[in-house]
Amino acid sequence: MTNVMDPWAEATDAVASRAEVCVVACADAFRDSGEMLASAFGTIPAIGVRLARETFSPDLLISDGESYLVRGAWPVGTSAQGEVEAWAPFRTIFDLVWHGKRHVMMIPSQVDRYGNTNISAVGDYRRPKVQLLGVRGAPGNTVCHPTSYWVPRHSTRVFVPRVDMVSGVGNDRAAQAGPGASRYHDLRRVVTDLAVFDYHPEHGTLRLASVHPGVTVEQVQAATGFPLEAGDEVPQTRLPSAAELRLIREVLDPRGLRDREVAG
Amino acid sequence: MADKRMTAQDVVSRLTSGMTIGIGGWGSRRKPMALVREILRSDLRDLTVVTYGGPDVGLLCAAGKIRKLVFGFVSLDSIPLDPHFRAARQAGAIEVVEYDEGMLQWGLYAAGLKLPFLPTRAGLGSDVLTHNPQLRTVADPYGGDEVVAMPPLHLDVALIHMNRADMHGNGQFLGPDPYFDDLYCMAAEQAYMSCEKIVPTAELTAAAHPATLRINRLLVTGVVEAPHGAHFTSCTPDYDRDEDFQREYVGSAADPEAWQAFRDRYLAGSEADYQAAVAARRQEVSA
Repeated sequence: MTNVMDPWAEATDAVASRAEVCVVACADAFRDSGEMLASAFGTIPAIGVRLARETFSPDLLISDGESYLVRGAWPVGTSAQGEVEAWAPFRTIFDLVWHGKRHVMMIPSQVDRYGNTNISAVGDYRRPKVQLLGVRGAPGNTVCHPTSYWVPRHSTRVFVPRVDMVSGVGNDRAAQAGPGASRYHDLRRVVTDLAVFDYHPEHGTLRLASVHPGVTVEQVQAATGFPLEAGDEVPQTRLPSAAELRLIREVLDPRGLRDREVAG
Repeated sequence: MADKRMTAQDVVSRLTSGMTIGIGGWGSRRKPMALVREILRSDLRDLTVVTYGGPDVGLLCAAGKIRKLVFGFVSLDSIPLDPHFRAARQAGAIEVVEYDEGMLQWGLYAAGLKLPFLPTRAGLGSDVLTHNPQLRTVADPYGGDEVVAMPPLHLDVALIHMNRADMHGNGQFLGPDPYFDDLYCMAAEQAYMSCEKIVPTAELTAAAHPATLRINRLLVTGVVEAPHGAHFTSCTPDYDRDEDFQREYVGSAADPEAWQAFRDRYLAGSEADYQAAVAARRQEVSA
């Protein structure tokens, strides 16, 4: 294995932006994944999975967004450059989804405290106030393989008590639906522009795992439409190492597209 | 061997209002847009459309052709949402049957294989089951998990667009992804394939691997030569998506006047008129 850097090897002294903290938080969701298809929606998760592969998760497989799995580290927002290692048209991706060796990071329009998510429609389903994409692969993804979420703008409009159309299946609904739904159901993390969540191992509810530097627990609560679950001491999301910052700034996103998704 | 060549008008003359029509491609990629435009010119209505939706759905919604949409998503890819589809939904103008995109594939496949259903975990726990109360789960006869029994999605007609074809109905994709076009054809009573160019059979494999011959003639009723027939969706390697035109299409949903102007300019005449208007637009933009 070449070009694998240890992110802990160098001290961090450069100041990381909020977007860069988010990139690293997304990358960390793919730590210790082994050989797994890493599918990321959004700019910051796309940088994150490539960063994970360049550093601590070198065996990840990544799509070019069309139909090839490509090695290498190309800048986000440009066409993939690197060795093609597989032909993966949609039909093959569908097979891999149900096979299970995939971890997706999707962008939900609504999330509730059990990790149910909506990308279909807001309001009355027969005549929605806001029609979105449609459920896409979210129902199948969530019951077949690991799923994480990326919320670029953490707000009470996204974090709601109840989502209008359950597209991605949350922990409560998976348990209620029985082993057909729960056997491979595996919600991992929710990364937002303010914080990182995981899930309570018994209750299946979202739990504040860390807040980004400069963010308070109160701020996160104010932007969340249900009571936050958090320990007495909420740690700070880790900062990028100098090596990670260099990779993000010079290799993976030299044009700074990450700042368009998360400012500051 | 049968010569299955016909015109887009011939295809649409065989369709009737109320039919269930599957449309190939994916999002804003390799859609049979020339055939869709021919439907726009017809008096067909009350269609049930089954598709991984793109601007085909948006245009048919805007023209009031769709009664029911069976879909997993509607997207323009480089622009996430189709405004005409959204407007139709938000007006309550169309009925929808929304499936996970893998369930949609399974439904087409079940129809193609003439099976009563295909099992899947997809849908369990989600509101896809809530909003589709006709869906049933099935116990595993071997003692495993209970799963969704995805019913077949039978189509009256499939419409697809390929890069090349021969006159007998063998179709070829030259881009990166065959999408699910063969499954639409298998699920349909009649399948019509438009293509960029009809060539002699031997030419299909002169420079391309036989694996690119995804569409077999035994699945195909008619073949239409329609150069630029996927415009403004992508049809690589023949052409990429016309992003500039797609933006204009999105703008046409701004208000009724904008839609009327778009119709007058691009959809009032024949397919040749459409292609001429697109060429004229390109001249203006580059001038």
